[in-house]
Amino acid sequence: MTSKVPFRVLQSLGLLLCLMFSFAAPSFAQQTDPRPMIDALSKADFGEAEKLIGQLAATGDARLVPALNAFSEGDLYFRKSDNLVFIGKAAGSNYELIDPVTGASAGQAAKNAVTKIKINNSLRRVIRSAMGGLTLLSPDRGVRLQAADAVLRSPSAENLELLETAISKEADREVKARMEEARAVSLLSSDRSIDEKRAAIATIKNYGGRNAIGILMGASASLDPSLKADVDAAIASIESGQRLWDIGQNVWYGVSLGSVLLLAAIGLAITFGVMGIINMAHGEMVMLGAYSTFVVQQLIRDNAPGLFDWSLAIALPVAFLVTGAVGFVIERGVIRFLYGRPLETLLATWGVSLILQQTIRSIFGPTNQEVGNPSWMSGSFPVGGMTITWNRMWIIAFSLSIFVALLVVMKKSSFGLNMRAVTQNRRMASSMGIKTPWVDAFTFALGSGIAGIAGVALSQIDNVSPNLGQSYIIDSFMVVVFGGVGNLWGTLVGALSLGVLNKFLEPSVGAVLGKILVLVLIILFIQKRPRGLFALKGRAVEA
Amino acid sequence: MTFKSKLGGALLAAVMSTTALQGAFAADDTIKIGVLHSLSGTMAISETTLKDVMLMLVAEQNKKGGVLGKKLEAVVVDPASDWPLFAEKARQLISKDKVAAVFGCWTSSSRKSVLPVFEELNSILFYPVQYEGEESSRNIFYTGAAPNQQAIPAVDYLAKEEGVKRWVLAGTDYVYPQTTNKILKAYLMSKGVAESDIMVNYTPFGHSDWQTIVSDIKKFGSAGKKTAVVSTINGDANVPFYKELGNQGIKAEDIPVVAFSVGEEELAGLDTKPLVGHLAAWNYFQSVDADVNAEFIKEWHAFTKNDKRVTNDPMEAAYIGFNAWVKAVEAAGTTNTDAVLDSIIGVSVPNLSGGTSTVMPNHHITKPVLIGEIQADGQFDIVQETAPVVGDEWSDYLPDSKNLISDWRKPMSCGNFNVASGKCGGKGS
Repeated sequence: MTSKVPFRVLQSLGLLLCLMFSFAAPSFAQQTDPRPMIDALSKADFGEAEKLIGQLAATGDARLVPALNAFSEGDLYFRKSDNLVFIGKAAGSNYELIDPVTGASAGQAAKNAVTKIKINNSLRRVIRSAMGGLTLLSPDRGVRLQAADAVLRSPSAENLELLETAISKEADREVKARMEEARAVSLLSSDRSIDEKRAAIATIKNYGGRNAIGILMGASASLDPSLKADVDAAIASIESGQRLWDIGQNVWYGVSLGSVLLLAAIGLAITFGVMGIINMAHGEMVMLGAYSTFVVQQLIRDNAPGLFDWSLAIALPVAFLVTGAVGFVIERGVIRFLYGRPLETLLATWGVSLILQQTIRSIFGPTNQEVGNPSWMSGSFPVGGMTITWNRMWIIAFSLSIFVALLVVMKKSSFGLNMRAVTQNRRMASSMGIKTPWVDAFTFALGSGIAGIAGVALSQIDNVSPNLGQSYIIDSFMVVVFGGVGNLWGTLVGALSLGVLNKFLEPSVGAVLGKILVLVLIILFIQKRPRGLFALKGRAVEA
Repeated sequence: MTFKSKLGGALLAAVMSTTALQGAFAADDTIKIGVLHSLSGTMAISETTLKDVMLMLVAEQNKKGGVLGKKLEAVVVDPASDWPLFAEKARQLISKDKVAAVFGCWTSSSRKSVLPVFEELNSILFYPVQYEGEESSRNIFYTGAAPNQQAIPAVDYLAKEEGVKRWVLAGTDYVYPQTTNKILKAYLMSKGVAESDIMVNYTPFGHSDWQTIVSDIKKFGSAGKKTAVVSTINGDANVPFYKELGNQGIKAEDIPVVAFSVGEEELAGLDTKPLVGHLAAWNYFQSVDADVNAEFIKEWHAFTKNDKRVTNDPMEAAYIGFNAWVKAVEAAGTTNTDAVLDSIIGVSVPNLSGGTSTVMPNHHITKPVLIGEIQADGQFDIVQETAPVVGDEWSDYLPDSKNLISDWRKPMSCGNFNVASGKCGGKGS
């Protein structure tokens, strides 16, 4: 590099300068070759790896982001033959090796020729923070926002100057606000002046939410005593704001639990509520619906993976038809011989439920089956101080729409009219020319089919195993009896109020005692109102 | 571990037992062993696998020439997840089928149910599942982990490697989580953790609505101290628990969960991508890098004709128990219970993590403790492995049992020797 100087003496002097220059290189970050540091990861234990990541982050070299990302995802490997580190992507039985710095392909390697570089949670945290630092100045707005989030979640005083540079250059308001928050959090652990820290506490207070409380409480121990009053005031103010949201959150949880109860019970509201059959195999219909979802997803995974986000929509009619058909067969094969004999019906349907369970166990095995969540049902979004998870929100919407659809069928369709006629006065309906046995069969099939589509939704939040149905049968009966037998609105109100009641008891007395208390309350309630919340009145009751 | 109080469990049992597999009548030139695992009912999900493992081990042993020159014959019965039926089936195996030893049980309730039968009829049970300790029987060998072989090393790992200062002990409401959490709480407090930094939470069996509890954990975790969840939540309730964690955005880097009842088999029903980094503590993971393990997995896949079947910790415990029994019988030259009870103590057999496990005088075994992080493919990446640990039947951290030891060698032959009073016969059985 210095050989342009013609004189030998100067040449060697230049060489010396060059050497000194390379020793001082860390301050000229971009010039350091990060490759040896990355390769050193192959032999590092967790503690050493943490130091290496710190050094990599200190280079400020944005080219390192893919390598760090791969490391935190567990995709970093070293080749056993020469201990060189690569990003590995599975390609058949081999790994496609990619150079961690340049991103160029470095050929393939057999799986046993490379070893994965181990990673644990504390390393992932360090990487997250390092990546945050490296990408704060990225030209992509989304990446910058993510980076600010990352720094916010694992703050360190070292990122402070970088944050300030980034803030001064930032034009986007949302990203800038997030960076300001990240700066405030990082500032608390730095050695800046007390006034700056006081301002930082105010920023964090505005940020609000549980995270802010956590940050402030964590920092309060190491802060200057004169700031303690500020911290306490900030925490108190956030908490008082949070209290209302907490109640809202609890109501939401209650509604969400209620919607699950409604889903589980709504099919039973027809077979038990309308037809009066004590249907112990109801839970198994839910289970069959969940297994239909599993089979549909399996087929989609094997044949058309692109359709996966639609799998639930496809599973709905399938589950409805499968369980409806099974329900039809059960009614024609077993239940129709037992009308008017509730005890025998109970035993027979209980037997049917065992047969269905063991059949599923024999076909699919006793273990849980994996039913995937489509992307639109994963994750959550914030509403003020509340967190709403997508799957719960969709399930609430779904169960309410089933309820409405069922109500329309019952009240507006001719089948619904026949159904109501048969259940209210069988002999009169029969005299009017309604084929009562077929109405019975289709009503039972409808109830079973509804249980089946409930199973599609429940497969998203619960285990899909042969025992799935058992865990819902008692809750379902509870809801229908509490709401009032024979009344769909009763089932809706019953499910939602039981859900909310449960969720308000749970934080104070615990989940176990909460459940017991709910049962005791229902027993007391039934003593007072034997026909449930919305009792049917008039002649229909006697029929 | 699991118990679901189910309407008409007895009815279920009655229906199922008629369809249970019954052992064939055998000639005198075979040695019979009993396999007592539920093949129907709620526990079938876990126990069916262990039945398959036992059949595989017996087949392998017979290929090697059997034991004492005789072929082994497995007598399989189905106690149908019904605890009283376990005792009945155990009695049938010992008295009617005249088995030399029994391999079986999963839940503590089923073990407690058969314990008096084995003591009365003087037979041997090998129990392959992690349990709460606080028990020692002359006739039972506990090849699963005692709390000090699983829970305590896991907590130590979190405190040391993750710097955890605040603990959520979450479990299902029954004996194993309750006892384990009692031991853990005493242990943590002995290490200087304040009581206000420990949150204990129990949920019913099969709990599926975790919204409130997960958000409580989030709240508890936002006190500015590093928080972790120690989960003794039982198999079935785990899937919705982890799904809720994932959906509420609790990442392993923020609040790690270490579980004692979640293994490869439980993860098979889950999309594990949102769970990467959460932990489990066992004595064996399928991902253990050892030749003996690779061999075992190969045999398992061949035997089940399914190369997707996972292996797990109770399978390893069954493997160790079976091999220890074979070695003890060969050393004693007979399958006579008393002779085998004498010869088995001190027997060392290879375990699947590449070392050896020794049967100790307290009828527990030595094995290393592994801490693993969940990977996106449903396997565990081992982040720590300890030296072999001796199972401690009477916990040193509970006031009732800290003075008790167990030593079934003569002349002591006592399962609850009180070192303070110098007498045999303290609390417990």
